[in-house]
Amino acid sequence: MTRVRTRTLLIAGVLLALVLAGFVSYYASQSPDGLEKVSADKGIDAKEQDHQLKDGPLADYSVKGVHNERLSGGLAGVIGVGATLLVGTGVFWLVRKRSPGTDPAGARTADSGAGTGA
Amino acid sequence: MHIPNGFIDGPVSAGAAVVAVAGIAVGLRGARRELDERTAPLAGLVAAFVFAVQMLNFPVAGGTSGHLLGGTLAAILVGPYTGVLCVAVVLLMQGLFFADGGLTALGLNITIMGIVTVVVGYGLFRLALGLLPARHSSVPIAAFVGALVSVPAAACVFTGFYAIGGTTDVSIGKVAGAMIGVHVLIGIGEAIITAATVSSVLAVRPDLVHGARGLARPLELRSAGGTR
Repeated sequence: MTRVRTRTLLIAGVLLALVLAGFVSYYASQSPDGLEKVSADKGIDAKEQDHQLKDGPLADYSVKGVHNERLSGGLAGVIGVGATLLVGTGVFWLVRKRSPGTDPAGARTADSGAGTGA
Repeated sequence: MHIPNGFIDGPVSAGAAVVAVAGIAVGLRGARRELDERTAPLAGLVAAFVFAVQMLNFPVAGGTSGHLLGGTLAAILVGPYTGVLCVAVVLLMQGLFFADGGLTALGLNITIMGIVTVVVGYGLFRLALGLLPARHSSVPIAAFVGALVSVPAAACVFTGFYAIGGTTDVSIGKVAGAMIGVHVLIGIGEAIITAATVSSVLAVRPDLVHGARGLARPLELRSAGGTR
């Protein structure tokens, strides 16, 4: 099996996520999800309260002011993927194990891992 | 399965928030061992991928849909501690920007969709992998099993929270039956997506699948110098 470079895999994965959220999501089922359906059928939702940010610019996966449904939902999806990628990568980058030699004292990076697939 | 505001009362929602914060704290500690320069960007991608696939509701029986929860998938790809954090980031973005999942219910949602799916889904994945032959082709099968059960498990825990803090008076038996029934079906979708995604990454970069570490890898031809 062909081994792909880490960078290639990351770029392909991001593109796939963008296509799924930005384009394919338009074709997703509009039916209520399991919890929504059960709640409505059984009356669990009788005391449901509005979301605190229900009038936000991206509420319900549509961009406020963009009236074309496909464009609005797709744009919201792309923004969501981008924002999740940024926040997620940021958190994980801060949490990660520092390899020896990358301490903040300014020591040279000992990139001994180079060539092992990255 | 995003719980809106008002389904579960304040004290139980607050209790779940404490559980969620504790889970995230444990996740942050454990993720340090799972993440390095190479896998940290991959974990960010996994979070973004889970966000994207959660938008793709698929139809199940009777005018009902379901979507990926993603805890089992994230845990197998990047490790269980990081997996909890991946789902928590997704739920935080959805709650803050997309009005999906009440902010009062954020702790409930992180507990149910982040912690429960990872603990049950990844736990069963490890168990199944231990029973299967120790090779890469066993990983998607074990992933299928873990993901399949993680979704009704999440529905069970929702029912538990409803039983102690529900704001309406519906019989617990009815809630449990309906929630578990429909989420068994949604679990099949979760299992298919999880197994397919794990297989795809496994096919191109088995070394990047956290859950496949330590398994026999297929023989590889190398030159005498070790290059491929």
